[in-house]
Amino acid sequence: MDVIEEVRKSVSRLCAEFPNEYWRELDAGRGYPREFVRALTDAGFLATLIPEAYGGSGLGLMAAGVILEEIARSGGHPGACHAQMYTMGTLLRHGSEAQKQAYLPQIADGRLRLQAFGVTEPAAGTDTTSIATFAEKRDGRYVINGQKVWISRAEHSDLLLLLARTTPRNEVARKTEGLSVFLVDIREALGNGLTIRPIETMMNHHTTEMFFDDLEVSEDALVGEEGKGFRYILDGMNAERILIAFECIGDAKFFIERATNYANDRQVFGGPIGQNQGIQFPIARAYADMRAAELMTHEAARRFDTGEHCGAEANMAKLLASEVSWRAGDTCLQTHGGYGFAKAFDIERKLRETRLYQVAPVSTNLILAYLGEHVLGLPRSF
Amino acid sequence: MKVLVPVKRVLDPYVKVRVKQDKSGVDLSNAKMAMNPFCEIAVEQAVRLKEQGVASEVVVVSAGPQQSQETLRTGLAMGADRGVLIPTDVALEPLAIAKLLKAVVDKEDPGLVLMGKQAVDGDNNQTGQMLAALLGWAQGTFISKVELQDGAAQVTREIDGGLETLQVKLPAVLTVDLRLCEPRYASLPNIMKAKKKPIDTHSPEDLGVDVTPRLQVSRVEEPPARQAGIKVESVQELVKKLHEEAKVI
Repeated sequence: MDVIEEVRKSVSRLCAEFPNEYWRELDAGRGYPREFVRALTDAGFLATLIPEAYGGSGLGLMAAGVILEEIARSGGHPGACHAQMYTMGTLLRHGSEAQKQAYLPQIADGRLRLQAFGVTEPAAGTDTTSIATFAEKRDGRYVINGQKVWISRAEHSDLLLLLARTTPRNEVARKTEGLSVFLVDIREALGNGLTIRPIETMMNHHTTEMFFDDLEVSEDALVGEEGKGFRYILDGMNAERILIAFECIGDAKFFIERATNYANDRQVFGGPIGQNQGIQFPIARAYADMRAAELMTHEAARRFDTGEHCGAEANMAKLLASEVSWRAGDTCLQTHGGYGFAKAFDIERKLRETRLYQVAPVSTNLILAYLGEHVLGLPRSF
Repeated sequence: MKVLVPVKRVLDPYVKVRVKQDKSGVDLSNAKMAMNPFCEIAVEQAVRLKEQGVASEVVVVSAGPQQSQETLRTGLAMGADRGVLIPTDVALEPLAIAKLLKAVVDKEDPGLVLMGKQAVDGDNNQTGQMLAALLGWAQGTFISKVELQDGAAQVTREIDGGLETLQVKLPAVLTVDLRLCEPRYASLPNIMKAKKKPIDTHSPEDLGVDVTPRLQVSRVEEPPARQAGIKVESVQELVKKLHEEAKVI
């Protein structure tokens, strides 16, 4: 049996229990999809990537991606919970056996939520090695001071994977050294040196800023070796990009399906508007572009799952998919005319949601700079 | 008690059906296929009976092209214990399927056969009744409720004009209607487990059944496009039109 198709079918069935009205109301009230995340967790879908030995299903990115794609295609917003799938990757690859035993089974069954990842700071985004948040070792503990921003879902996560400097930048030979990864228990930290403030954004994305003021964590919170954290988080980033490409493909499919249905049904001047080339061809173009981006996404996932280099493909998949979802959304809006702007049609909401992915988790220009420099061998462009 | 659930692979009910250009049938090339929705309801009910401790084992069986194995896996992912596949490329008619199922019942000796009232492809609504007749078993068709107790099943049937409650002696063939229960979605661990559940394969010849078609399809056509309706001004006008134009009263 094709497990992937079985997964797709089952997730589609699950999503049907959470119709578009559900997401629309959450969007209006800036609510978190608790019931949806609970159903997805109970059915084991958020534990797709966790090995069977730790209570998950041990499947690859292809299966995980199809789950997120199907949520997006149904009209939902997978961004509310996608990080529960992949944030644990750093822990899985670099954590101690004791950490893995302690956390992974509970992450797999949803008792623990690890879906906040603290890297970006007000003065350091893609330029990650410039982060200033510092963890100082004092009497067998780490004392953390600093600030993070755009940390999504922190209010809906029990654990935070945090990147902090443990050696000042001017004391290391290479700027990528001296960074360390910590697993911080948000529940214990809140009020004891950690403050979280939500940031309202153009879509319902639950992002926050975090302030660390002498937050003490034990030595056990360190993941892997001190000073090697930069490398640890890098290898999680391809997975994140590939999964987000899948979400964009799902968004594009949502828009193309809606546009097609409306163009077939809406009668103007005695015929369906879809018979006009000005309406029909942009939808057909969006479909062709979506399929091309989908093939790149599948290629990236296949490479990731078989352990081949996938940096270029992961980046290209995210680039192409995030652009096609936006164009398909714009076409869908145009096809619907005035109705596209009505909240009841869900198009404007999905369009706001999918726009993020040309910026996060890495912006389009940075991907182009990567391709230019590292794939084509052009001079560094920044 | 063992429960046998026949399941059929059909065109996905949400896909628009296209007739082949030569009008020999429905175009199934590249079409999305799925388990017949009434079969899904039967699987769900059987799995619930197992969860309630009433059934001991749920066996799904499917006859049709080799890909019917995927349909069996769907049933296994929902919670059935094992599968029986009867592969054939012959377009099976209800009587042939009923005979194949009888042969499987003879092998498996289930206490109950739970199945869809009909498949949404042919909409024949015959296989369950034929199977009951071939077996000489009691039957309850179009059931919307079932309770098992002391070697009998109390079933509620949806009939024209209301609900009928019957006591049916076991073993029996029960065919399920839409409102019996809501099929579940399979959890990921169950999808993974389904991969390892056994599926036995028996050809129609192994089962000693001749499945040669007895009917010949002469032509398949799309139904005529529906004409737009009209609005009438009064009841008198409506009655007049029904009488003189539609000629139905």
